[in-house]
Amino acid sequence: MKDFSYHRPSTVSEAVALLAAGDESRALSGGMTLLPTMKQRLASPKAIVDLAALPGLTGVAVDGGNVTIGAMTTHAEVAGSAAARTAIPALSTLAGLIGDPQVRHRGTIGGSVANADPAADYPAAVLGLGATIVTDRREIAADVFFTAMFQTALAPDEIVVAVRFPIPDAAGYAKFKSQASRFALVGVFVARFGNSVRVAITGAGPAVFRSQDIEDALAANFTSQPLARISIAPSGLTSDIHADSEYRAHLVVVMARRAVEQALRDQKPS
Amino acid sequence: MNAHTGIGASLLRKEDRRFITGKGNYVADIKRPDMAMGVFLRSPHAHANIKAIDIKVAAAMPGVVAIFTGADLQADGVGGLPCAWGVSNADGTPMKEPPRSAMAVDKVRCVGDAVAFVIAETVDQAREAADAILIDYEVLPAVVGVLDAIRPGAAAVFDDIPDNTCFDWECGDAKTTAAAFRNAAHIAKISLVNNRLVGNPMEPRAAVAEYDAGRDHYTMWTTSQFPHVVKVLMGNFVLKIPQHKLRIVAPDVGGGFGVKQFLYAEEIITTWASRKVNRPIKWVNERSEGFLSDAHGRDHVSEAELALDETGRFLGLKVRTIANMGGYLSTFGPNIPTNLYGLLLAGVYTTPAIHCEVKGVFTNTVPVDAYRGAGRPEATFLLERLVDVAASEMKIDKAAIRRLNMIDASQFPYQTPVILKYDSGDPKACLDKVLEVADWTGFAKRKQESQARGKLRGIGLCTYVEACGLAPSRIVQSLGARAGIFESATVRVHVTGDITVLIGTHNHGQGHETTFAQIVSEKLSIPTDKIEIVFGDTDKVQFGLGTYGSRSLAVGGTALVKATDKIIAKGVKIAAHMLEAGENDIVFENGSFAVQGTDRSKSFGDVVGAAYGLVNFPVDVLEPGMEEKAFYDPVNFTYPGGAHIAEVEIDPDCGTVELLSYVAVDDVGTVINPMIVAGQLHGGIAQGVGQALYENCVYDETSGQMLSASFMDYCMPRADNLPNMKIVTQPTLCTHTSFGVKGCGEVGTIGSPATVVNAVVDALSHLGVSHVDMPATPSRIWRIINNSANQLRATE
Amino acid sequence: MNVEILVNGKKVNADISPALLLSEFLRETLDLTGTHVGCDTSQCGACVVHVDGLSMKSCTLLAVAVDGKSVTTIEGLAKTAGVDLHPMQEAFHLNHGLQCGFCTPGMIMSAVDFARQTPNPTEGDVRHWLEGNICRCTGYQNIVAAVLAGAAAMQTQAGGRS
Repeated sequence: MKDFSYHRPSTVSEAVALLAAGDESRALSGGMTLLPTMKQRLASPKAIVDLAALPGLTGVAVDGGNVTIGAMTTHAEVAGSAAARTAIPALSTLAGLIGDPQVRHRGTIGGSVANADPAADYPAAVLGLGATIVTDRREIAADVFFTAMFQTALAPDEIVVAVRFPIPDAAGYAKFKSQASRFALVGVFVARFGNSVRVAITGAGPAVFRSQDIEDALAANFTSQPLARISIAPSGLTSDIHADSEYRAHLVVVMARRAVEQALRDQKPS
Repeated sequence: MNAHTGIGASLLRKEDRRFITGKGNYVADIKRPDMAMGVFLRSPHAHANIKAIDIKVAAAMPGVVAIFTGADLQADGVGGLPCAWGVSNADGTPMKEPPRSAMAVDKVRCVGDAVAFVIAETVDQAREAADAILIDYEVLPAVVGVLDAIRPGAAAVFDDIPDNTCFDWECGDAKTTAAAFRNAAHIAKISLVNNRLVGNPMEPRAAVAEYDAGRDHYTMWTTSQFPHVVKVLMGNFVLKIPQHKLRIVAPDVGGGFGVKQFLYAEEIITTWASRKVNRPIKWVNERSEGFLSDAHGRDHVSEAELALDETGRFLGLKVRTIANMGGYLSTFGPNIPTNLYGLLLAGVYTTPAIHCEVKGVFTNTVPVDAYRGAGRPEATFLLERLVDVAASEMKIDKAAIRRLNMIDASQFPYQTPVILKYDSGDPKACLDKVLEVADWTGFAKRKQESQARGKLRGIGLCTYVEACGLAPSRIVQSLGARAGIFESATVRVHVTGDITVLIGTHNHGQGHETTFAQIVSEKLSIPTDKIEIVFGDTDKVQFGLGTYGSRSLAVGGTALVKATDKIIAKGVKIAAHMLEAGENDIVFENGSFAVQGTDRSKSFGDVVGAAYGLVNFPVDVLEPGMEEKAFYDPVNFTYPGGAHIAEVEIDPDCGTVELLSYVAVDDVGTVINPMIVAGQLHGGIAQGVGQALYENCVYDETSGQMLSASFMDYCMPRADNLPNMKIVTQPTLCTHTSFGVKGCGEVGTIGSPATVVNAVVDALSHLGVSHVDMPATPSRIWRIINNSANQLRATE
Repeated sequence: MNVEILVNGKKVNADISPALLLSEFLRETLDLTGTHVGCDTSQCGACVVHVDGLSMKSCTLLAVAVDGKSVTTIEGLAKTAGVDLHPMQEAFHLNHGLQCGFCTPGMIMSAVDFARQTPNPTEGDVRHWLEGNICRCTGYQNIVAAVLAGAAAMQTQAGGRS
């Protein structure tokens, strides 16, 4: 890899200052995306700002209505968190589906969310639960966070410090893995808050998105039944050597169905 | 038979220790004093003229030692890469054989074609410099698919070969086959693709080369399956280095599968450059780079027809195949879709008339050559798919139609209509066994159970034979091989009775250090821990042809037995002298030379001691020492075969295909080590399942860019893609190898693609599906199911 | 940059470039070539080592990022457990869980972590965990058997801790 200067700041403001210093510095959390990108020479930052020493950015906290996960919490920690699993089982399940065990020991929620890979899993949970991205300077609602492929509302020097998920009445995540990469070919996160439903889809398009059609259908009847009559338009969905947009459109509905079934199985008795 | 350490024992592997403790010695692990690192710059275009290369800026960058281009090699008289197997056209004329320079000079013919070699202190510095090389390419239209390559007006990969055709080869008999078709009650047809694969052994290719100016001597460590052949091809044909000035070492190699059995440009250039800069140079392929520079496998487009009588007996087989050679001829490229394919089209059947035409075609893609199975998976896939199609169309049970046409055990040796004469086998026994073990007749109940869960279950059967144990020189030279493919072994008995075997094959996972020791142990009644097997170093080992084509045991093992027999014969002479008996009265048994009918004997150790100590030794008539060598050229291929059954379950919602079970019954002749054989079958089947369900090397049809050049897009099977497999051996003895072994390295990969696809088609047959091309990915399967559902809706 | 890393129980002090990957640090700087590099997309697992007891891909870690941490490689697995061969290494040998050996170090390191984290594992658990370890030789069958046997052997040892 090309050389760079390496910094490990011990406060958030130090980290922000380092990121603001030049436009060729990148934040490093788990490195599961940044390092492969640098190894393939698709990115060559002049400075790396390692967030590992920043205090208070790890851990899963559950209070009343929210699950708040520190940005540097690994996928393995979320998958193994009894607190997370009790509050939002689908979130824990999702974390356990990311990558492989070694990736999960390093990859973080902050890194995943800030990177906004169109096939990443966490964005589906963030958008599906209507989470709040907490940064060093503000809070950003999920609905305005993911703007385009690999693009978010974050400023170049802005650091995610936590993601706050409201606890739903029911939620489920179903992922259809691309066989080669094991990323989501299509991943659907479904959440019910009272009578309103949110459905977020990852893997199928240039960025995670919600489906109004599926949300309306499920709001009326939160079971897999109404999905039998739903179809998603392929236009705008991704086509590549693994799956064309028509197949992805079909999978969206299938995964939505499975996510709802999972949500119904996991939901606490009312 | 020595049940503990000899033939038939599932002896644990002697070689394991270094691998499980991280002490293996792979090429990338090697460090030489003052070593520099080499990196290749490769063409980003599939087809382009090189107008100019400017290395000025790059050469001045930090750490750069030297930069070489194809022009430098050419100016130094470096030769081109030779093709070691020429095939002839049907009209007897030789195939087209365009030259292939070690590094592109005027033109690049595939993405990945090397254009410069940058040597620097570190890999990163070399890459930086490579990025700074300016190349003026004149991009040309590229031709990618074989069908596009033969269209009139298609871009020509070689200016002097406008139709992109390397050869038009044929085997069998057109006239008798045409007559058979005229008499047919039914003709079954199939059009199919055999998908292009990338072998991807887990260890990427690498080379370390060192020129010793003091001795005027080169050493190259390389990830090769055949170091002696590299030495002669590279030394003699390319770099003009005398054989005694060149040492090739293939140390621990992390898997081959054919990918590492060719002479590669990188080996040549690294060796040549090490003298130019007078420093050792290491080059290690990156994985993505390997996709663009390792030879690929398969890539056929075929049409075939099977003529049957009203009872389902095969009358004739017609096959037309177009095979991709890639942008250049690889070392054995032309041989794979011809002799190792067409000659296998009789399969295990008595089909009396066969005619096969194969057109080899150049395209702007990576060269194609042998990959585990090399031609035989392609032949088996086509034949067994066609048999299933015929069975379906004629409503004959798929096992019954095979048995009806099978060569009976009493008919061996069996002369096929396509040159090969199978020496031994019993296909019906394998078929009976697999039907029993896989519970073929109980399938309907399992299918119902799957149906209750909303899944489509299918069962697939494949019966096959293959030709391996490469190779009988008499036969292959008549088929275009440019050299004999014999094998050699030296058995060196040390003064203490321990043994070192020097064998010309190469062990890169097959367990030779254990199985060859078992053979010697069986013959001499010596414990295997006293027997060391040495391979891979051309300074240590006499000339051998390496490991590929499932030859190590059949050919190498037989050479080893012959050398061991010479040891025993010498021992008999010595013992006769020591025991004052006639040679004919000496019997060697259980490690002892005894005078027949008496209790007088000498141990092997006594005899060896005499051979070195010369006390009580017939010095007047016998040379001292106890070391014997044998070179062995086989008289025929060996013909392993078998019958496999797989069951799959398809989720119609998503199209996913789950492999539920796999049963393999294989006749690999005598089994030296059942544990090793099972391991070879597991791995071979996994690769065939990979071809059937997961793997596909994809090119953009217009630009020639590879779209699957990493593990992110080329799907390697993982542990959760495979079930436990049931492996059964059903041996008949090979008539011409020692102990009747046949070899087992490739049979798994040969039998499995057809087995799995037959199961997939079976699962979808209710939709009127008669064929599915590989890989049967979820996307492909869903589309088939969806299309047929749409058709149904349209007719309602 | 100066780093101090505990490698296989021994404190290593070195001045290295921040761009040096942990796999490069192990293989090139420390001559611990048992950790292998098999791909460039962080998928194959040949490079798996333990960092503070957790299995990680050394090809996707900066050496400077493990400053102050403890790294165990295949060469140190048995040594740090005070035995000649770790039960998982032994299990791979007894079950013919390797052929060419290239994926083996990463496979064993991954398996040891799996066994520590998974009490009473099933075959399915093993196959699922090994998503990040690719083998081209064995078809995985004997690897799975080896991992289950190694896990059982580790469990019967004192407290199942190795």
